[in-house]
Amino acid sequence: MIKFFSFITALLFSLVAAAQIDPALLKRIPKDTAKPMLNMDAVYNRPFVAVGKLPVSVGGYMEANWQHLGTDGVSEGHQFQFRRMTLFVSSTIGKRLKFLSEIEFEDGAKEISIEFAAIDIELHPLLNLRGGMILNPIGAFNQNHDGPKWEFTDRPIAATQMLPATWSNAGFGIYGKHYNKDWMFGYEAYLSGNFDNTIIDNVENKTFLPAAKNNKERFEEINSGLPLLTSKVAVRNSKIGELGLSYMGGVYNKFQDDGLQLDDKRRVDVFAVDFNTTLPKLKTFITAEWAWIKVNVPATFTQQYGNKQQGGFLDIVQPLIKKKMLGWPNATLNLACRLEYVDWNKGTFTSTGGNIAEDLWSIMPAVSFRPTAQTVLRLNYRHQGQRDLLGNPRAKTGGFSFGISTYF
Amino acid sequence: MAGLVAAVIIIQACTKLQPSAPADDELLDGPVAGLTYEQNRQFLAGDVAFNDEVFTAQSGLGSIFVATSCGSCHAGDGKGHPFTTLTRFGQTDSTGNRFLHLGGPQLQNRSLSGFTPEQIPTGATFSKFTPPANTGLGFLELVSDADILAMADPNDANGDGISGVPNYEYLPSFVTPFSNALPRNGKYIHRFGKKAAAYNLLHQTVNAYNQDIGITSTFSPMDVYSGLNIDPEVSDKTIRDVVFYLQTLKTPVQRNQNDAKVMQGKNIFIQSGCESCHKQTLQTGFSNIAPLSNKTFHPYTDLLLHDMGPGLNDGYTEGSAKTSEWRTPPLWGLGLSPNSQGGQYFLLHDGRAKSIEEAILLHGGEATNSKDKFIQLTAADKAALLKFLESL
Repeated sequence: MIKFFSFITALLFSLVAAAQIDPALLKRIPKDTAKPMLNMDAVYNRPFVAVGKLPVSVGGYMEANWQHLGTDGVSEGHQFQFRRMTLFVSSTIGKRLKFLSEIEFEDGAKEISIEFAAIDIELHPLLNLRGGMILNPIGAFNQNHDGPKWEFTDRPIAATQMLPATWSNAGFGIYGKHYNKDWMFGYEAYLSGNFDNTIIDNVENKTFLPAAKNNKERFEEINSGLPLLTSKVAVRNSKIGELGLSYMGGVYNKFQDDGLQLDDKRRVDVFAVDFNTTLPKLKTFITAEWAWIKVNVPATFTQQYGNKQQGGFLDIVQPLIKKKMLGWPNATLNLACRLEYVDWNKGTFTSTGGNIAEDLWSIMPAVSFRPTAQTVLRLNYRHQGQRDLLGNPRAKTGGFSFGISTYF
Repeated sequence: MAGLVAAVIIIQACTKLQPSAPADDELLDGPVAGLTYEQNRQFLAGDVAFNDEVFTAQSGLGSIFVATSCGSCHAGDGKGHPFTTLTRFGQTDSTGNRFLHLGGPQLQNRSLSGFTPEQIPTGATFSKFTPPANTGLGFLELVSDADILAMADPNDANGDGISGVPNYEYLPSFVTPFSNALPRNGKYIHRFGKKAAAYNLLHQTVNAYNQDIGITSTFSPMDVYSGLNIDPEVSDKTIRDVVFYLQTLKTPVQRNQNDAKVMQGKNIFIQSGCESCHKQTLQTGFSNIAPLSNKTFHPYTDLLLHDMGPGLNDGYTEGSAKTSEWRTPPLWGLGLSPNSQGGQYFLLHDGRAKSIEEAILLHGGEATNSKDKFIQLTAADKAALLKFLESL
């Protein structure tokens, strides 16, 4: 599999390299700003470059950071991190038939994954079929995770350490959109690969949905034999903003094997709400997401693994200066702040009736500079407190990070 | 240029703007001072295995168990919480545990999905044990048998009502006795655990992996679920690293020890007879680990068993300990217990006491005289005594 991706990557690079001989062959495809967009359009709402007369468009982004964080007086020192490079390939196969893929190289190619590779078949604007490797539309961040779109070097903790962004699976589904003046409505529904037992049995020592991402078998075999349903409805008013409501759920455990019953069926259910808007006049951009997770953890298992979780984030981005700066005609300087909270184990101890903690909050002020809309330089300071299961004194973390992220 | 200046300022500010470390006397974890580079490496390896290694079904957890990692029971190397209180079951006399073939001595009260946890067998008595603090264990391990026996007074020869005795037991095959051990009829003085049923830190560690987490080793190859010997699920090296980690954890640092109230409280502690069992000062013998060798330290224990009266008699025993006998718990680190017990106290062997005062008042048996003296103290003297205990 890795060899295949390496071959594709090499092919793309060679095409681009060849094309660079004659820059006229590279044609940047302008973003379609005429159509109103929803969060669900994020996978196509990216800059692409057409290569000569090939029937494909390519694009991608990369993220790299420096950070220096410390927890309770202990620091790992200066760290330079190449978080990821992602390549997009988009192709219009035919009329109302399009294909897009997103291949991600994380941590210096330590991990290579296909995050998205799906064909879209439009039967009607309200009824499109999508199949392949899909991004499950839970919350907003999972589908809209490109680094250059955000003013922060780190992805939201609730999205990656509670929800499993980026969470993609083999699957099929339908989606559609409807416009009416200032209003826009969209929906999505997919059946896909599912979680497994590791969400309640993992080295994180807590209920941890992202643990299922380590199971590469999930692209070929569902642990429970039952699909994961993910669905979302979103409504947008051009003056108010976009509100999304999403659900993801299914049976996660291997309750039978070879026709023999091994356990009860145990479900994981996730509900999420997301919202984004731009305040008029001030142009303040606000995006927020909150999710609730319910997991059927066996009563005989340890309460180390919670059966309820909740958490989310709120990003506020205030453009301060937007003008020609350092020779870039539409450069922007932003001030931003992210507020985050996660409770990985919501409940009380059966032994004492006391609260189970296992929670975290974080405040992250930021300054970002965008020479163009597609490139961002960002400086963040994280101030974070995290409690263990028992609610002992918080581990306090703080420090700076600086990063760059750009589409190319 | 401005960017470069900003970068230099930020890099310089990195450590200044990060959260500072808590004071050394506020923490129980951390190594004893003076370890060599090699010893620091082994300490870190043990630290990772103890605090970071979480067992899963894939790595051998269970199938029945109490906790998923060592750190689950000893947050910050401090006392544990009732959440991980473990249950031991057996009998009322000292003839040996008659329920070993039924999963004794420890109840694995949790299980992986699809498995059934262990139940206490009919006819067995039981007791609940809250996990103790780990701090300073290496010093306690090095107290000589001769010193322990010197503190014992099995027949209460001095007539003070206190008659501490050691717990003599046979050694498991994987334990080598200390060169200065003083065995009696083939049995050796044990010193770790609520009833002093573990000989040394290797014995304690191997049992904890097996009985608490359901992890087999070459030292203890029997799977607690099947009762059969299986391949080791943790390496000898990891066990040795964890033992080294426990041996080289620092001793707790007393806070405010020069405070007048604390000093007054310490005098009351001694005058009330508490120090007869909670011995302030002990001495280590020789050790290959230089910072532990021939040191004087202040754990407030005599490592002996004492009859604590009917109120603390759970009807369960281990080794030669009687059902009402408990090993004197070290009091060092007592004041930091809430930092590892979720903000409150869970004291005595099963965490039933929610404050230091309640723990004192639940003392009985050999400690009755001291408890009565505590009850008769003035409010100011009681406050001073409690302040002293909180400073430990």
